[in-house]
Amino acid sequence: MAAELALPAASPLAAPRRRRRRLDKAGIALGLFVALVLLFLYLPVVVLIIFSFNDNIVTTLPLRGFTFGWYEKLFANSDMMVAIGNSFYVATFATLLTLLIGVPAAFALDRAEFPGKAVFRRIVVLPLALPGIITGISMLNMFRVLGFNLSLETVILGHATALMAIVLTQVYARLQRFNRRLEEASNDLGARPWQTFLFVTLPNIRSAIIGSALLAFTLSFDEIPVTFFLTGRDNTLPMYIYSTLRRGITPEINAIGTIIIVASLALILLSARLLREEEAR
Amino acid sequence: MRLATRRRLGALAVLAPPLGWALLFMIVPYAIMFAYSFYRKQAFAFVPDLNLDSYVALLLDPQYSQVLLRTLKIALLVSISALVLAYPLAYFLVFKVKSARLRLFLYMAVIVPLWVSYLLRAYTWKTILGNEGVLNSFLVWTGILSEPSSLFIYNQFSMVLTLTYIFIPFMVMPIYTALEKIPRSLIEASGDLGVPPALTFLRVTLPLSVPGILAGATFTFCLTFGDFVAPFLVGGPDGTLVANTIQSQFGIAFNWPLGAALSIVMLAIVIFILSVSDRFERAGRLDLA
Repeated sequence: MAAELALPAASPLAAPRRRRRRLDKAGIALGLFVALVLLFLYLPVVVLIIFSFNDNIVTTLPLRGFTFGWYEKLFANSDMMVAIGNSFYVATFATLLTLLIGVPAAFALDRAEFPGKAVFRRIVVLPLALPGIITGISMLNMFRVLGFNLSLETVILGHATALMAIVLTQVYARLQRFNRRLEEASNDLGARPWQTFLFVTLPNIRSAIIGSALLAFTLSFDEIPVTFFLTGRDNTLPMYIYSTLRRGITPEINAIGTIIIVASLALILLSARLLREEEAR
Repeated sequence: MRLATRRRLGALAVLAPPLGWALLFMIVPYAIMFAYSFYRKQAFAFVPDLNLDSYVALLLDPQYSQVLLRTLKIALLVSISALVLAYPLAYFLVFKVKSARLRLFLYMAVIVPLWVSYLLRAYTWKTILGNEGVLNSFLVWTGILSEPSSLFIYNQFSMVLTLTYIFIPFMVMPIYTALEKIPRSLIEASGDLGVPPALTFLRVTLPLSVPGILAGATFTFCLTFGDFVAPFLVGGPDGTLVANTIQSQFGIAFNWPLGAALSIVMLAIVIFILSVSDRFERAGRLDLA
């Protein structure tokens, strides 16, 4: 996220005219290509949203007419409502856990020296690049050996493990840029350590914490690979959708999809704003 | 003295939870999974009668090497096609968009889908490519096809397309960052020396953006390698990937030791790729210095 703010200056050297025109041509071709890629990125989302309002059980063109029917069906579907509730429960507690563990971990990496620090650093960020299925299966194996029953709580532990790296990397990056002299000044002026932490350190990393927490929440809400292996009888929303897809597609999924997309967009814009705000300081 | 003790206790309080967590929920599970891969399957249970059966099966049964090779191929194809689409996009954003606000907006527009439900992004391709899908009905409606074609879905093409779609943002982010870091003066110097723009790109810009390409390709490759949702939705019969095979070992096939062995193989491949890419990236960075 740091990338987006460093703004390159436009080239001050004007190229000769002829070459410039040719460059522009290449630039236009490139621009067209980019427009096509953006279209590729957003067309499926638009399709999903349009068909959530289309009065037809199959997703075919031409469109048949406008309806709110799929949304009404959706809210009447008690299984899906339970799944949504489960997802909120899981995402909330998984996010809290990632904060409780991830923030101290970021401080440990930033400030403490301890044996095995290099290994620790490598292991905790592994889930960022590691396929979720490995986190899911390794924890499934452990819970079985330890004799734990699978439940939404084991899902929470799995999500926290998989998503901790997000909080950790964001907060760590912020701590690295934080000027420690401010803390020294606070200590020299007689503040107690907890006061320094609360009134000096925390305000400086607050938006990184909130932003990454929102990200973790969204990702937990959508998570499948870990959930698939660690859930018991209860379904989260994506697991519910995944299992209904076995039976075929219904526009109801387009409807819940539209709601999820709008809600995640809102959360993401909020978190991006928070993460950026801090960098602007 | 008392202060030092308190300091140390404080440090321990900060250190203990994350270290304990990493130990309990990452190192121990990996170790147990590793141990499980040596268990023996016995009727409806798995007993700790340590043996190499699972690994022998993986080596000898061509079904597993086929699925591994297919997964490697798909992951490679996805990385390449994501790169082909993402590089021009990142280049355009960094070098061609003059307005900072527009650039930020477009960058966000590319990145945002990353955080929008992964399942839905895969699912929507099923509704587009399916036999009764948007594309087919559109082609029939406009008279281009006389009847729906089954060529669009349930093959490796649809899988590569869907996964490329999903992972493009992962490719754009690091390439964008790498391109942005290139000092403009280098590119201008090349131009001033009379090097044509295309050659400047090939000799200056492209080599300097290799770390970004590498990081993006690594992410894309590793995540594709472990995916089982896209194959499930759009993959079809010849589209099973390693993760699907693992999944079935822990489900219908009910052979946890074999599934654990396959997971260990996957883990090893992913860690190998991560460390190779890490080494190359570091070598690239040294080159610049």
